[in-house]
Amino acid sequence: MERFVQVVVDGVATGSIYAAVALALVLIYRSTGIVNFAQGEMAMFSTFVAWGLYQGGVPLGLAVLTTLAVSFLAGMVIERAMIRHFEGGDVLTLVIVTLGLFILLNGLAGWIWGFENRGFPSVFGDDSVTLGGVRLSVESLGIVGVLLGVVALVFLLFQRTKIGLAMRAAALNPDSSALVGVRVGHMLMLGWGLAAALGALAGVLVAPRLFLDVNLMGSVLIYAFAAAALGGFDSAIGAVVGGWIIGVSETLAGTYVDFIGADLKILVPLAIIFVVLLVRPSGLFGTREVARA
Amino acid sequence: MTDRRLRIALVCGLALVAVLIPFFFGPYRVGQFTLVLVYAVAALGLNLLVGYSGQISLGHGAFFALGAYTAALLIEKAAVPYLLAVPGAGALCFAAGYLFGVPALRLRGLYLALVTLGLAIATPQLIKRFDGLTEGTQGLTVEQPNAPSWLPLEDDQFLYLLALAVAAAMFLGAWNLMRGQVGRAVKAVRDGEIAASTLGVNLAATKTRVFALSAAYAGVAGALYVFAIGFVAPEAFTLTVSFAFLAAIVVGGLATISGALFGALFIEFVPVYASDVNDALTGVIYGGVLIAFMWVLPDGATGLLRRVRRLGQRLREEPRRRGWHEKDAVAGGAAAGDDHAGAHRVRTR
Repeated sequence: MERFVQVVVDGVATGSIYAAVALALVLIYRSTGIVNFAQGEMAMFSTFVAWGLYQGGVPLGLAVLTTLAVSFLAGMVIERAMIRHFEGGDVLTLVIVTLGLFILLNGLAGWIWGFENRGFPSVFGDDSVTLGGVRLSVESLGIVGVLLGVVALVFLLFQRTKIGLAMRAAALNPDSSALVGVRVGHMLMLGWGLAAALGALAGVLVAPRLFLDVNLMGSVLIYAFAAAALGGFDSAIGAVVGGWIIGVSETLAGTYVDFIGADLKILVPLAIIFVVLLVRPSGLFGTREVARA
Repeated sequence: MTDRRLRIALVCGLALVAVLIPFFFGPYRVGQFTLVLVYAVAALGLNLLVGYSGQISLGHGAFFALGAYTAALLIEKAAVPYLLAVPGAGALCFAAGYLFGVPALRLRGLYLALVTLGLAIATPQLIKRFDGLTEGTQGLTVEQPNAPSWLPLEDDQFLYLLALAVAAAMFLGAWNLMRGQVGRAVKAVRDGEIAASTLGVNLAATKTRVFALSAAYAGVAGALYVFAIGFVAPEAFTLTVSFAFLAAIVVGGLATISGALFGALFIEFVPVYASDVNDALTGVIYGGVLIAFMWVLPDGATGLLRRVRRLGQRLREEPRRRGWHEKDAVAGGAAAGDDHAGAHRVRTR
């Protein structure tokens, strides 16, 4: 039983990381209609920046905060300099372009930092606490706490501030919002900046659990996609709930189903994406799409 | 020269060059050109799916791997003659593509891209997991086909010509299919699903069959790859392979037959020279090229050639009608107009 609780808490922590990436995907999808295949690699790149700062003698907490700020700016620059040109294009073009960014960032990171594995320290240390007779790592609890904090901030931003209102308006109806004075372009940049910062946070949280290398986010991205698909691509709550479901089911399947083990865990999110899209294509919380000719 | 004659002359010239290549280069180069043919078949298959039918697969490396392992196992474990291993790999991949396509065809653009990306990421792990059959990370060594003694050819030349024969058949088949009724139906599905279905195109059947066919092309390419390399291991079928195929069709030109050949040359020779500079350079180039081509040249190298040819035609016609002094202005305008049309064709669906 103790083992089971540990596995579940671990799954929720992992799921929180997937949820953060999924939330970043949803942010960009809602504002620009683009599914950003480069989200994971942007996060990997940011994590390397944090690692570089830390190696350069900057305290870990400060390094992480600096990285979040840098990622925010970089995300805005990427939107303005590159993505803006393709916005409103068809799905094929957008997939190819964001995938191009994926490959480009992966290559650049390999060029700058090489291809070997690196250890990355956890911001939460490696202590553990005993709650109700079950030993749990501070790291797992910390990750869940950070995610809940982030979700609350995102919620406040979108529901309680003027900028959040403008961002929602720009996403919903760019032309009308431009007419009432919303700087739509700035809102899109802001959306990409926020997504990049969220991704960076996920990268810094996941790196201690895996090894930091250029392929850090490859499978995380697939789990995040599964989370977003499960929750509905345009739902923020869906991304979080989806992330937790994916995280827990992945950890449980990897621990208790012998055939799956550590190697085939990657098939769990794939199967989930398949089933969700076949049974309920709009996901648990998403808006149903209606097509017209 | 009319358009048709020019095209026939070009194809004949290309065929002649292709047949003569193994007699002018050393074994190492010939081996590289054999791989170009292998990649061209795979890229052509992916282009049938992505370019012509507008569905996105980021996971054709998985079918390439399936074809390669099928051929390797048929030859090594079942002692099947290697010529039968090619259609065997193609048929199995067709079936696998069909089975994968039945649920996947319900996934529109984006989601299909997601699922196939997942498939590509999982491929090396899957190969390792079934190590009873695939020998896991150790890999499988396969005896390469030798030149029959009655042919005055070296082994590398024979391999190249064998790949050339298969590739030519695959190209001819794709060209024939895409210019006929099937091709029109496939393109109609890409350009307007609902409109196509009201005109009597069976969406589900068309999409699944194109997916299966495209997987079969990847499978045949995989089998040829085994002939060319003589060895299969999970590391050869990482995500990079799927990305390379995608880069190939974007560079060559989406929805073109000949584009697959340009693309294959690109993905065979760029890594060879790029790795001299840095191991990561290939990725940087692939990524940069994907973005740059979608930005300025969305119809790829083939589209560029078409524009240059049209520009040439106008230059030749203009002096007769208007006199020489105006030609530069007119040619500039024509090029800009084509640019717009090219971008429009690929972007609107």
